[in-house]
Amino acid sequence: MRDEIRSIVQRHGRLGVDMSSLSDEADLYDAGLSSHASINLMLALEEHFDLEFPERLLRRRTFESVAAIQSAIEELSSARTSSP
Amino acid sequence: MDSANGPEVALGTSLQPGSLAQVVRRIADEVAGPASGQVDLEARFPEQALTALKSEHLLGALVPSNLGGLGATIRDMATACETLAQRCASTGLIYAMHQIQVHCLIRHSRHNALLRHYLTQLSEQQLLLASATTESGVGGDVRTSLCSVVLEGDTFLLEKSAPVISYGVNADAILVTARRAPDAASGDQVLVLCTRDGTSLKPTATWDTLGFRGSCSEGYQLRARGPAAYVLPDSFALISALTMLPTSHILWTAVWLGIATDAVNRARAYLRAESRKQPGRMPPGALRLAQAVSSLQTMRATLQDALQEYESTMDDPDALSAMGFALRMNNLKIAGARLVVEIVSEAMHVIGIAGYRRDSRYSVERHLRDAYGAGLMISNDRIYGANAAMLLVAKDA
Repeated sequence: MRDEIRSIVQRHGRLGVDMSSLSDEADLYDAGLSSHASINLMLALEEHFDLEFPERLLRRRTFESVAAIQSAIEELSSARTSSP
Repeated sequence: MDSANGPEVALGTSLQPGSLAQVVRRIADEVAGPASGQVDLEARFPEQALTALKSEHLLGALVPSNLGGLGATIRDMATACETLAQRCASTGLIYAMHQIQVHCLIRHSRHNALLRHYLTQLSEQQLLLASATTESGVGGDVRTSLCSVVLEGDTFLLEKSAPVISYGVNADAILVTARRAPDAASGDQVLVLCTRDGTSLKPTATWDTLGFRGSCSEGYQLRARGPAAYVLPDSFALISALTMLPTSHILWTAVWLGIATDAVNRARAYLRAESRKQPGRMPPGALRLAQAVSSLQTMRATLQDALQEYESTMDDPDALSAMGFALRMNNLKIAGARLVVEIVSEAMHVIGIAGYRRDSRYSVERHLRDAYGAGLMISNDRIYGANAAMLLVAKDA
């Protein structure tokens, strides 16, 4: 999943640096993720993983790193599989 | 201050409730108002009003008392901006823009001794802060910079082509956005305190506009150097989300509320005089006044709502970074800028030709010119665009 997230961030994050130079914990906002690009990133993640980020996750912290994005997606996926 | 002419306020210690509002009211009525015609006509900086505000220590109003300020709140500042703008919108706007910068410094300098020291200087010497966030070549997007900070040891260097720095030459320091370093991404910005002693401003654009003429929002080529510690430690992205965006939208809307309130008061006074001339007959503008007052109440309630939300989440960075919060603050700005034009225009129709005239006691022509600045100086269309993008993913807002 990390590789998928990294590739989506690379494509939609419009960062000033190459993803390969960033760790999973690196702050994406510091790497140049703008608020506008972050919306495109959210849309691409929703499309790719077939999910919707609920309002409570639409905040800076959720998208601040590859690891943070992964934990949000995992949380949403497990909630989906455990619900009837 | 002569206590016979107004209330006294204890300065630099604790603030008496209500006293700040009274002092601002007096300055608005006795200094800003009388000078406002010339300020507008000549498009000049409202020197007298700012001198009066300084003499009452009001430039440091937001600064905590342990740093020599008055320890006032954002709510106090909103009231002050509204009061000043009722008499001189340019004075209100300058006071608002100054306090926005002060608020950013207060909230984002916590572990930086030099910046904390600057805040005490600001309070002691009543220093005026301006802002340079826009840049030529980025199309008005304040979250993008071309220029960058260059560090040479303990010194920063910075050069920026700023299409607008309101009251730049009158300010003692300017908070400037720039990329963090020459190799940083365009959105990787910092905010830098550029003090007058290390800053040169070469004029590049004049300010001869329809309204807010006294804000002197001229363009400059800015060159600055100073201590590296004057680069604020938090990223501008964070400063913008937690402080600059909400504070700006709240205080600007307070300024516009002041313009709208005074226009409505003039319409009321006009109608009262008219109905006294012909008792028993409803003046034709009465219905329009009722509409204007209704819109004014909406505007005031919208501001109060935003103010309350900001006050209750001010120390919760996570809540302030939520998309819903940004949407609501943007909506405050959009609604305020729209309503001020609507209300002032309605007031002018109530008053008629006496409101259209420049030389009548019921004139609201300057109000109308100033009102249009609300949606243009910071483009409403741009903010609608930002909200439209956020609404693609937002669920509740």
